[in-house]
Formats: sequence, structure tokens, C-alpha cells
Amino acid sequence: MGLFNFHRNTFKHGVHPPEHKADTNGLSIRQFPFSPIIILPMAQHIGAPAEIIVREGQEVSRGQLLAKAAGYVSVPIHSPIEGKVRKIGNVPTISGKMSPGIYLEAFPFSSQEVMDGTSVDLDTASPEEILQGIQDAGIVGLGGAAFPTHVKLKVPEGKRCDILMINGIECEPYLTTDHRVMLEQADDILMGIKYLMKATGAKQTIIGIEANKQDAADHLQKLIHPDDPIKVKVVPVKYPQGSEKMLITSILDLEVPSGGLPIDVNVVVVNVATTAEIGRLLPHGRGIQERVITITGPAVKKKGNYLIPIGTPLRYVLEQVGADEKISEVYMGGPMMGVAVSNLDISIVKGTSGIVAFTANEVKRSDKIYPCIKCGACVDACPLSLNPSKLGILAKFEAYDEMAEQHNLLDCFECGSCSYVCPSHIPLVQYFRLSKSIVRKRIQTKKAAEHAK
Amino acid sequence: MLSKTLHISTSPHITKGVSTDSIMRNVVYALLPVVFFAVYSFGLSAFLVIITSTVACVFTEHYLCKLSKKESTISDWSAVITGLLLGLTLPPIFPLWMAFCGGVIAIALGKYIFGGLGYNVFNPALVGRAVLQASFPVAITTWYPSFLPERFSNIPSSTLAFPFMEPDLDAMSGATPLSAFKFDQVSTATNDLALGLISGSTGETCALLILLGGIYLIARNMMNWRIPVAVLGSAFVLSGIFYLIDSQAYPSPLFMLFSGGLMLGAVFMATDMVASPLTPLGVWIYGAVIGLLTIIIRLWGGLPEGVMYAILLANALSPHIDKMTQSRVYGTTKSKVST
Repeated sequence: MGLFNFHRNTFKHGVHPPEHKADTNGLSIRQFPFSPIIILPMAQHIGAPAEIIVREGQEVSRGQLLAKAAGYVSVPIHSPIEGKVRKIGNVPTISGKMSPGIYLEAFPFSSQEVMDGTSVDLDTASPEEILQGIQDAGIVGLGGAAFPTHVKLKVPEGKRCDILMINGIECEPYLTTDHRVMLEQADDILMGIKYLMKATGAKQTIIGIEANKQDAADHLQKLIHPDDPIKVKVVPVKYPQGSEKMLITSILDLEVPSGGLPIDVNVVVVNVATTAEIGRLLPHGRGIQERVITITGPAVKKKGNYLIPIGTPLRYVLEQVGADEKISEVYMGGPMMGVAVSNLDISIVKGTSGIVAFTANEVKRSDKIYPCIKCGACVDACPLSLNPSKLGILAKFEAYDEMAEQHNLLDCFECGSCSYVCPSHIPLVQYFRLSKSIVRKRIQTKKAAEHAK
Repeated sequence: MLSKTLHISTSPHITKGVSTDSIMRNVVYALLPVVFFAVYSFGLSAFLVIITSTVACVFTEHYLCKLSKKESTISDWSAVITGLLLGLTLPPIFPLWMAFCGGVIAIALGKYIFGGLGYNVFNPALVGRAVLQASFPVAITTWYPSFLPERFSNIPSSTLAFPFMEPDLDAMSGATPLSAFKFDQVSTATNDLALGLISGSTGETCALLILLGGIYLIARNMMNWRIPVAVLGSAFVLSGIFYLIDSQAYPSPLFMLFSGGLMLGAVFMATDMVASPLTPLGVWIYGAVIGLLTIIIRLWGGLPEGVMYAILLANALSPHIDKMTQSRVYGTTKSKVST
């Protein structure tokens, strides 16, 4: 089929959910009020939870280190406010599990001045020092994954990074965080790119942006010096283009090998808001204590893009923006891959890119599940060309090993395109999530058994 | 404030808003013009045949669900489609009791025995028709002229034939264009074929209305356009080759497309989602198999028409076609074919 395989600046398949971005994409980032109570879970990134180094009753200043990284795949946590440690104990998280955490009480009328630390100098720092600086700043992927950025940036032995890809796609409906960051924090982004290029050794940077954010692309293009090895590339709007694999395919026409990482095709992908955070924090040696979040959805009265201290309780956030009486569902993240909130006592974490709230009126989803009619809509939607229909049937028969061995189950990154299009409302992604965890557990058990021999 | 319980669900939290019952309902809408034309051209008897087969299908599905203590599935509209399609493939003066049997068999043996909607291997309507053809070979090939002046006042005697009695069929019969060509070497004008001014099964005659229904479904993204295109395209090409070789012995490709059940089969039966392949390449192969087999049966088989067997055979092949044409998964070098 090579003859007909023209590259169209996008990946194969995917879906076009209604964007709903117009409500907030024109609204500038505004500072959110400081909540009197801040709740900080220590497990808000992938990897080991941070280790608390303060004690109850201790007074802390804004930006002060509260917990240190517990190993390589871990990041520290800084105080988002000036205040007092009221309690150290378990705090609720979105998964429903409790995590060790810190309750902070803000000092009223405090100036909330931020403490500076040791600056990471762009010109003199080595790549390792930059990576260390990124870890010390507590930076994780702000697009939602919350994976420690310094781990992702570390180019493994024997590999090299040619291209640094900055992900400004933001393909989730409703969310406009990255859009506003690109418009309002372009200098931070460009500074962040310099740090990132040095840390990874990349010779070239490409900023990928979807066509619905042309203004952001133009703005960045204007600020880029013609001699800079930085390109802005606008690609057609399609979900899930913000996934690393899809972005690499859209822009470079390369495929990340199954089970592999972008570095296998000599690329490192970093989210645009993460990049801005690096560019803003490293010169001052500060830690991350706030982030930009889109708060939107039909149940929100004062929709907007807000700069919110990490640890702000969700209940406080919704009260401040005026949530509708009939509020019925709240998602952290977008409606395609975000997680539904069951408890408003959880707080904003580093990976929260958006809060979308629906009333009962919008959630009119027909819950009736029909049998799979083999319509093939999911096959035409899957960005990885998996066969969700077949996988769904196998999951029903609990044929998990067959799903993994013959149908590439473990490649699925749960974008939800198949469930989105399924006319029979089969919860395909839910099946796959479950199947993946069972398969992973089986593989682990097998490995452990072999190890014991 | 904000003390109420929140609903939780797993992502994605939004859906495209298409549902299986709405797809099925739209197929029924697309079939309605064909049904109306069938009644208009063949009169009361055609109306009774279509109604009888549809009622039989819906009744059987409902009753079988009750029997197996499940919730009735007739609200998904798929039994209505099966009933309408079966009725549209029967001759207009077909005895009603036979049409009823066909409906029962279509649902019971063609669909329910496999597990109901989504699990049938074959197009249920064609299973019903195949059994009828084997059981009542004379009745199912006895045709009737269209546009008779008395078609709305007079019901042919065979229509109301008493169950299990030999119906009186040869009272008045009209040859279909395909049988006329096959057995008497008489050709019919393509215009008459396209407009349905011919004899045939109730719903096979007006090719243009069938195409219209297909275009409606394709436009609403409820039908895989590749299937009718592949079926009609391959049938056109193969019959065209033979027509070019010898235009006296072989009928023209246009005649082949517009005669018999090919149009109805290509648009409404081969496209049965459940019984057709999923992969884009697989769908092309499946359609081509139907088109080619239809022409081969028509030209060299013992029967004047071959669409039904062509589709049933391709239905049986479709799981294998799917397996062989599995798309290459992103990031892999070869497609993983399980053999």
C-alpha cells in the first residue's frame, strides 16, 4: 500500500469529538484565590511518594521544601502557600485510595512571597545538573500523566535524542490550558526549550500545535529567532493527537515501535506547560507550587483558565467558580481520558490539567449495552489499528493471554476512541484497562516464578 | 452547598451519540421506499407477504426471548429488518403461510440459535429464504406480472393457500428478466429494470429506490459504502469481460447489475454488519467475492439467480477474511496473523 500512503500531517484513524473550547480559549489566565486549607498528597506523581521532612505545627514559607524525593523515580513537593503545617496524615486521592499527606493552613493576609533557591545557570550547568534541577523543582508531566520529567528526559545509554518535541496539541475537548500557556507564557516556553535541548542533547526542537490554536502557533513563531533551531508545526485537529506516539507520527511520519518509547526513534516529547514551568522555575531555583488549570463545563458558572495553588481542595475550587446546583459529574482532566471524581475533598495535584463539570442534563448517556454488531466503527477509530471489537469479545471470554499475545492489548493507551464511537455502548476501554492489569500481573507472577527457580 | 452525591463513570465520559437501535431504525427507514414501491407495483398480495414475514420475525424473536427468560430484544429493530428483507426477496404471490414459516426460520435458525443480534454468522433473512427455496422450489420461482390493473382489489389464490396444501400456482405467471434471459434468451431493456417495470421478487424490481436507500445510509455513516461498491463493481467487471468476448451469448453488464436481486443484495443484505468483515481490506475482498460468485452462478449455474448463495458463502468466509486482513498494528513491522 506504500504507493498510496501519502503523509497528511496526521496519524491514521482517530475521532473528532466536539471541541467545546470556545468557552475558555479566549480567557486570560487569572490568579485563583488562596484556599485557607491546602491538602497535599505525597503520591501525586508516578513513582515513589515523596518523603515528608516537616513536622506538625511547623511554619513554612511559600516555595519551601516540604517533602523530598524518595529515590530516582520520585520528585519533591514544595509548599504552595505561606502558612503552618496543621496535620500530617492520610489524605484522600482521586483513585479512592488514601495517601500520606500534609494539611497546610494558610496565613491570612500573607503577601505569599515566593522563596528563591539555587539557580540552575543555563550557560554553565551540565545536562546532569539540569536534570537534577528539574527533579529538585518537583516537575512532572503537566499534561496529565504526572510522570517525573527528569526521568523521561534522561537519554538511556546507547540511545540519542535528535529531536525535542514540544507537545502543544491539547486534543482533549474542553481544555484550553496549554493554549493559554502558549499565548501568555511564550518566553518561559522558549527558555524551557533551551534547558531541555541542553539536557537531552537534541539538535532541533519542533513545537506541535493543532490547527484550532493557530493564534498560539503564530505568537510563538513571532518570538522565535530565525537562527534558533526551533520550528512550529501546525497539524489538523484530531483526537488523540496529543498522545506522544500519535504526535510523532503526525509530525515526523515515524512510528514508535510497539512496546517502545519515543527515544527509540530518537525523539523526546515534553508537554508545553511542563516546558514553561522548567523555563520559569530553573533560573530561580524554585519548586513548582501552582499550575494553570481550565475549569469549565456546563455546570461551571465562572469558566476560565486559572493559576491555582497545588493542593487547593476541589470543593473550594468549585465553590469559588460557582458550580451549578444540579452538578452531577466532575472530571479531573478532559472528558475523553479524565478521571471522574467521587469525592470533592480531594485536591488539585500537579497532573490536574482541567476540571470539567457536567449537570445531570448533559449526562444523558444511554446506558443500554447492545451486543457488538461488528460495525467496525472502533476499528476505524483506533489510532493504533488495533481491533477493539475482537479484543472486546475476547475480554468477555476472559481470554486475556490471547488478547496480549495475538492482538497487541498492551499497546492500547486507553485513549477511549473506541468506546466513544461504539453504537452498542460497550465499555471497551474499561475492559481493556482491566485486561491489561490482569495480563501485567500474570507476567509479573511468571517472572517471579522464573526468578525463584 | 455541593454536598450531593456525584456520579462516577470510567472514561471516556462522552460518546458520539450513535446507538445500535438508531442504526437499525434507519435501515428500516431506508427500506420503506422499496416496500412502498413493491406494494404499488404488485398490489395487495405483496403487501400481505411483506407484512406476514415481518410479523413472523418479530413474533419469533419476542417469543424466543421469553422462552429463554431474557428481556425481549425486539426494540432493537433488527428483527423488523430481517422480516422486511425476507418479504422483499419473495415472489409477490408467495403463499402467506410459507412466508410466515420463512420468518420463523430466519430468526430461529438464522439468528437466535447463534445467540441473537451480533452473533449470527449468516444474514438471517437469507437463511430464511434459503430454507424456503429448498422447501418450496416451485412456489419461490413462480413469478407474477407487475402493474396489473386489478392488483389492489384481487388477491391471487396462491397467496391465501391453505397451509400444507399444494397451492395453485400456475394460474398466471410472468417470467423475471433473468429467467427470461437464461431459459429463453430474451433480453429486457435496462430502463425498465432500473425503474422496476418488470416482474420479480417483491422488492427486487426498482433498483433506483434501493440505491437511494443505500445512499441515505451511507450519508448517515450507517453503512459501509465499500461493500455495495465492491459487489456491484466486481459483478460489472466480470460480466463486462464476458460481454466483450461475446455480446450475443452473454448479457450486458448493466443488465446484470439491475436485474434480479443483485441490487437489493448488494445494498441491504451483503452490508449486514454482523455477517460482514470488519477490516477495510477485508470488506473489499468480501464484496468482490459476492459480485464474482453471483455472476458465475448466473452464467454457469443451474439457477437463474445466484445472489443469495453468493452472500451466504461470503458470510461464512468473513471471519476468515477478517483474520487474514488484520491491519498492521501501529509500531509493529508485520501484522500478527494467528493461524
